[in-house]
Amino acid sequence: MTTTSQSPDRRSVRRLGDRLFSGSATGAGVLILLVLAGVATFLVAQSIPALTADPADLPQGGSLAAYIWPLLFGTLLAATIALLVATPLAVGIALFVTYYAPRRLAQGLGYLVDLLAAIPSIVYGFWGIAWLAPRLVPFYEWLDEHASWIPFFAGPASATGKTMLTAGIVLAIMILPIISAISREVFRQAPALHREAALALGATRWEMIRMAVLPYGRSGVIGGAMLGLGRALGETLAIAIVLSVSPGVVSVNLISSTNPSTIAANVALNFPDSSGLAVNALIASGLALFVITFAVNFFARAIVNRRAEFSE
Amino acid sequence: MSRGIELTHSTKRRAIPVAMALAGSLALAACGAANESASSSGTSDAGSSTEQLSGTLDGAGSSAQQAAMQGWTAGFSTEQPDVTVNYDPVGSGGGREQFLSGGVDFAGSDAYLSDDEVTKAKDRCGGGDVFELPNYISAIAVVYNLPGVDELNLSPDTIAKIFAGSITTWDDPAIKADNPDAQLPGTAITPVHRGDKSGTTKNFTDYLAKAAPNSWTGGAVDEWPAQGGEAANGTSGVISAVQAGKGAIGYADESQAGSLGIADVKVGGDWVKPSAAGAAAVVEGSQIKSGRGQYDFAYDINRTPTDKSQYPLVLVSYHIGCMQYADADTATLVQAFESYVISQDGQKAAADQAGSSPISDTLREQSQKAIDAITSQ
Repeated sequence: MTTTSQSPDRRSVRRLGDRLFSGSATGAGVLILLVLAGVATFLVAQSIPALTADPADLPQGGSLAAYIWPLLFGTLLAATIALLVATPLAVGIALFVTYYAPRRLAQGLGYLVDLLAAIPSIVYGFWGIAWLAPRLVPFYEWLDEHASWIPFFAGPASATGKTMLTAGIVLAIMILPIISAISREVFRQAPALHREAALALGATRWEMIRMAVLPYGRSGVIGGAMLGLGRALGETLAIAIVLSVSPGVVSVNLISSTNPSTIAANVALNFPDSSGLAVNALIASGLALFVITFAVNFFARAIVNRRAEFSE
Repeated sequence: MSRGIELTHSTKRRAIPVAMALAGSLALAACGAANESASSSGTSDAGSSTEQLSGTLDGAGSSAQQAAMQGWTAGFSTEQPDVTVNYDPVGSGGGREQFLSGGVDFAGSDAYLSDDEVTKAKDRCGGGDVFELPNYISAIAVVYNLPGVDELNLSPDTIAKIFAGSITTWDDPAIKADNPDAQLPGTAITPVHRGDKSGTTKNFTDYLAKAAPNSWTGGAVDEWPAQGGEAANGTSGVISAVQAGKGAIGYADESQAGSLGIADVKVGGDWVKPSAAGAAAVVEGSQIKSGRGQYDFAYDINRTPTDKSQYPLVLVSYHIGCMQYADADTATLVQAFESYVISQDGQKAAADQAGSSPISDTLREQSQKAIDAITSQ
């Protein structure tokens, strides 16, 4: 368009629509930042009474660090188990759907896996405690009998199956659809030229995937895994229902009844009947989770950006 | 130019406000459904003999009373259709806090007010006293899952040792001593406790601390103190954990026990099963805490009775309010509601809804005196 005589200066033409749109977009961005700042301020302000309190007044009678550390350990342990179980499974599903399955089956399977994300987490908790836990008990007893020299499988097997390993498996199924969906998108976008070149040179399908698809998709898979990790860190009700928690214990024993609680599940279990300083202690544990999730996302983003430089 | 882009995106543009309206209406409907208020019934001949009141009564507190409160509000609304009773089950501690700060008219609490709280309550009530009425009594049963063993007797020391982890198998000599005739297998015991904070845990550990002080050192707490054993979430969690584990034993509200075995507890020289009459009897036989107001019926439950008509493992939940309200309408509403709660109809409604034990006539007369004395400034 040629500039009209109405705007003699060199500024671009900005109509009312442009200004409205850019203003509301900026407003939305600023609003999100304000909400985030508000949440952070609330967490810090409500935690201060717990941070400055006398240890004898806090729940479990010790210092705040002694209260939060087992919860943090439990959160990271459950999330790590979930990630270790879910990521290979999700990558496998994504590869099957994009490269191995016939077209119609692939679409249906992709849709079904995405449907897993629609199930409420409390339903996962009920399924875990009613169906999964009792069926894992013979497996735990077998582990206790044959592999109890490994610290992860030491100790008496739980009779009801409500252990950290069960909770980790339930979490893995919950984060599976997230990782799988992102992996599928990334694998589908692997450059066709590279794939066809590999096939033309005589590679088998698996070799083609290994040479052309996986290196390209690595950063995307990591990004998806970090998203799943974020959900696993914050999962509340499923763990509160499935896990048998003991206060203040730090243990890597995955098959016994004595498990550390996770931060979110601990808040869900104790908030309804708490008052006064106990509530401040719970919010302080929430602040710890906020910081950890922030750090994990930051770290993940750094990895993804670094790899993005190489994989382009 | 831009016209072409607008046309292809027009359906999207139209769909977005519709989707937002749909989501918004769903969210508002959910908010509306969550706030249950007593609906007015068509006929009012049930309450024609008493004065028809109107207004709103706000309460908050114990989640143990939540099911009973639903029965009370439903029954009260048939008598007084224009009165709305709101109850927020934030937990006993939260309910007491809200009452002391003047946010609610009455509180439901599994524990009576501490001495500090009584002093604060005097300020809240404009210098007057508080009333604490034991309106909700619920028996706690020791449930177990041991196929082949239908009758089980347990003395307080045995129960304490099982839950503290000193007794680990069902054929332990201590259990055999309590049950000389029973065939006990060598299955391992899995004690199941509550993982969340709970008044049931508080009353159970209080019983263990008073009836078996040598075997139980954890004190009376509302969060399970020891490590070991299974933790379950809520009464339903305990019941399903005991049902799932062979050889499991736990403590839960007696009305939720279902088909699980219930242990007989030693009282004096006899073995007593949990019952509604036994639960009410032990409250009647307990001492009221001294040094408080005339209508402050804070019971220190007698956990070591010798009379076999009393069952000591009970949870007592109170309604706490002021004897003197600033507002005359509030005072009248509180009087009417509490009168219904302690009446036979009210206690029956709570028993039907929540499985609680109705209060005895002696307790009813005692509480009625307190309710009649509520005034306004």
